[in-house]
Amino acid sequence: MSDHTADGLRGLVAAFLRTHDPAGDRTGFLRARFDAGLAWVHHPPGRGGLGAPAHLQPVVDEAFAAAGAPDNRPRRNSIGLGMAAPTLLRHATEAQCRRWLRPLWTGEEVWCQLFSEPEAGSDLASLRTRAVPEGEDWVVDGQKVWTSLAHQARWAILLARTDPAAPKHHGLTYFVCDMTAPGVQVRPLRQITGEAEFNEVFLTGVRIPDAHRIGAVGQGWPIARTTLMNERVAIGGRPLPREGGMVGVLTRLWRQRPDLRTAGLHAEVLHAWVRAEAARLGALRLRQLITAGEPGPEGSAVKLSFAELSQQISGLEVELRGAEGLRHDDWTMHRPVEPDLLGRTATYRYLRARGNSIEGGTSEILRTIIAERVLGLPTEPRRDR
Amino acid sequence: MTDLLYDADEEALRDSVRALLTAYAPWQRTLAAVDGEDRYDLELWRRLVDQTGITGLAVPTEYEGAGAGFREVAVVLEELGRTVAPVPFLGTVVATRALLACGEHTLLRQVATAECEVTLAVGFATAPDRTPAATAPTSTTRCDPVRVGSGPTLSGRVSGVVDAVPEGLLLVPAGEGLYVVEAADPAVRLTPVVSLDATRPLVDIEFTGAPARPVATGVAAAEAVTAALTAGAALLASEQVGLAQWCLDTTVAYVRQRHQFGRPVGSFQAVKHRLADLWVELTEARAVARYAADRLGADDAEASLAAALAQAYCGPMAVRAAEVCVQLHGGLGFTWEHPAHLYLKRAKSSAIAFGTADRHRAALARMVDLPAPTVEQRH
Ligand SMILES: Cc1cc2nc3c(=O)[nH]c(=O)nc-3n(C[C@H](O)[C@H](O)[C@H](O)COP(=O)(O)OP(=O)(O)OC[C@H]3O[C@@H](n4cnc5c(N)ncnc54)[C@H](O)[C@@H]3O)c2cc1C
Repeated sequence: MSDHTADGLRGLVAAFLRTHDPAGDRTGFLRARFDAGLAWVHHPPGRGGLGAPAHLQPVVDEAFAAAGAPDNRPRRNSIGLGMAAPTLLRHATEAQCRRWLRPLWTGEEVWCQLFSEPEAGSDLASLRTRAVPEGEDWVVDGQKVWTSLAHQARWAILLARTDPAAPKHHGLTYFVCDMTAPGVQVRPLRQITGEAEFNEVFLTGVRIPDAHRIGAVGQGWPIARTTLMNERVAIGGRPLPREGGMVGVLTRLWRQRPDLRTAGLHAEVLHAWVRAEAARLGALRLRQLITAGEPGPEGSAVKLSFAELSQQISGLEVELRGAEGLRHDDWTMHRPVEPDLLGRTATYRYLRARGNSIEGGTSEILRTIIAERVLGLPTEPRRDR
Repeated sequence: MTDLLYDADEEALRDSVRALLTAYAPWQRTLAAVDGEDRYDLELWRRLVDQTGITGLAVPTEYEGAGAGFREVAVVLEELGRTVAPVPFLGTVVATRALLACGEHTLLRQVATAECEVTLAVGFATAPDRTPAATAPTSTTRCDPVRVGSGPTLSGRVSGVVDAVPEGLLLVPAGEGLYVVEAADPAVRLTPVVSLDATRPLVDIEFTGAPARPVATGVAAAEAVTAALTAGAALLASEQVGLAQWCLDTTVAYVRQRHQFGRPVGSFQAVKHRLADLWVELTEARAVARYAADRLGADDAEASLAAALAQAYCGPMAVRAAEVCVQLHGGLGFTWEHPAHLYLKRAKSSAIAFGTADRHRAALARMVDLPAPTVEQRH
């Protein structure tokens, strides 16, 4: 189809801008952009897209940015965009998609992810939160933890146990939970940086209509895997220009502050530059490989290198700053919408980066996934299957 | 936009080269070749040239080449890396790049039709920016730059040249120019070197008033040599990727079937995680190598940067892959009878070829403006 080229899409954006004022009502503009299929072009028509190749999305985003149009501030709803949306698209019904996708994309409704529990992190399938059928509803009881954005979220993707007798991977069901429903209690959980991006969430007799169940009862685990694979690519596979991301902070500092330079640090800065560039090209190639398809276990690679790189680079930056690296800006508890990586001191970046190898699957778990699912190495003997 | 994948033509080329190598370049044969007197597997080289026309891949069709490009050359190098086959392809490609740069059409035609083999006569460790490699004279090498005499004739020495064949032509940078000399001339002496990588023989070359024909002078000559070395650095990365892929595949297969403590060695997490890390590195190296090969065709300023990046990343990656391969094969990996050592030797010597990773990082520092500290700052 001729529209599915860079020029074709630029033409569609130009036509859209002729009938919609970028300086007008922000939400109205974004809703119309979604309805025109120009939100995420690789999604199907009617669901915010045109069924075009995914690599053309930046063309559309650039064309809108060049016209000064409002954007949907993707990072504000990172869990919604990166994890909930791809999962809904793959597994939800038409009606569910119609209800949830547009306000998710426009940022009108923020999403969070109620997966981890105090006793179930890496071993997610051992979770205990229970959902029991009652009439047209499910009644949910349990506790979730480390839930990012729960204090902002209107909706949550929720994994709960619906059959305690079944083997642990078979007794789970996937729901969408209304975070404003009675019985949902959110408590900030302060983290290593002093602020509270994530929360504890207590679920007490929370009623979820059966219409908010995603997929079949007992099929929660395979659906959760869709979410987790997308999560890894969302965290590590974002398109970046050269020296985009954390490495740019380091290189700018190196150029601006000749007084900080030493031969040893020079070698480390160059190592970091090379690694960052390799990771950037690796992520680009991965995106070219998966174009519109589902990310596979290969997506774990970009998340793993992202975590290692951001930790190495932020640590190097603190040392490079020398005496300045002894000073932190602020330990008071904030509840940010997203981590302020560029606006704060190097010490903040260093501390926040510790989470990169834990959130979205630890680096140890990702290595095991790569070894078993990509390389086909045998699993370790387990007693829980 | 940069395409980091392989297109259908590239995959077809890969299939035909791989089929040929599978049939005619089993590692036992390579081992026998390096163990014996033969420096190259000339029968294999003939088959590759005749059946897949690889010497003409990057030569335009008007000079009887295939008019393909460096992306295709890179795919062939990946396959040659997988087999560490002893054939003089890399040197041929580097010389071809120099000939393309100086518009030497007659020689290009001869290379494309495999009438003769041409080699750039510079040390294999020379980086594209010619930062002095470790060329200090040792007891066995003498430093004696090639001088131009009347005629013109060339005199002097070059040490550690790769892929120079006794019947071929040498492309020699000397004085302000680039000259062609017949390797078989009585005034040229090629002395084989005992090289770390026996599958890639090196020679020291001595010229004693050898008759020479100039093919480029001044800036054009210097640019041709730079372009050739840049191509070498960029394309070697694909060979390194192929080599590392073999090491990873072979090791994965081995640890799956090798049992200790009542279970496959590959089910132990320490082993799995090491291989997973290697796979991640290799995956990124492949993207980097594809990028370098792709930019080489575009021939813009980015080509130098991509080549330096390729050697800064892919060289050490391939060494690690070969080292992990030896390690996870246990005692077997330490034997002469297992091919792992061929790969380790190729990987380690390739990490020095066209400049070490450290030299390429230094080149990158200049290209992307990340300057080293000045002398005062070191205090
Ligand atoms: C910043 C941040 C944000 C988060 N946001 C969310 C969110 O929004 N929603 C949500 O549901 N969760 C969230 N998480 C939770 C996160 O997914 C879990 O912390 C993570 O999966 C690890 O689980 P755990 O904390 O229980 O650690 P554990 O599973 O107890 O692991 C402890 C250590 O043991 C290692 N380990 C465990 N099992 C193995 C094994 N088989 N082999 C080798 N090593 C192993 C781990 O790698 C880790 O180092 C967030 C976490 C962080 C840090």
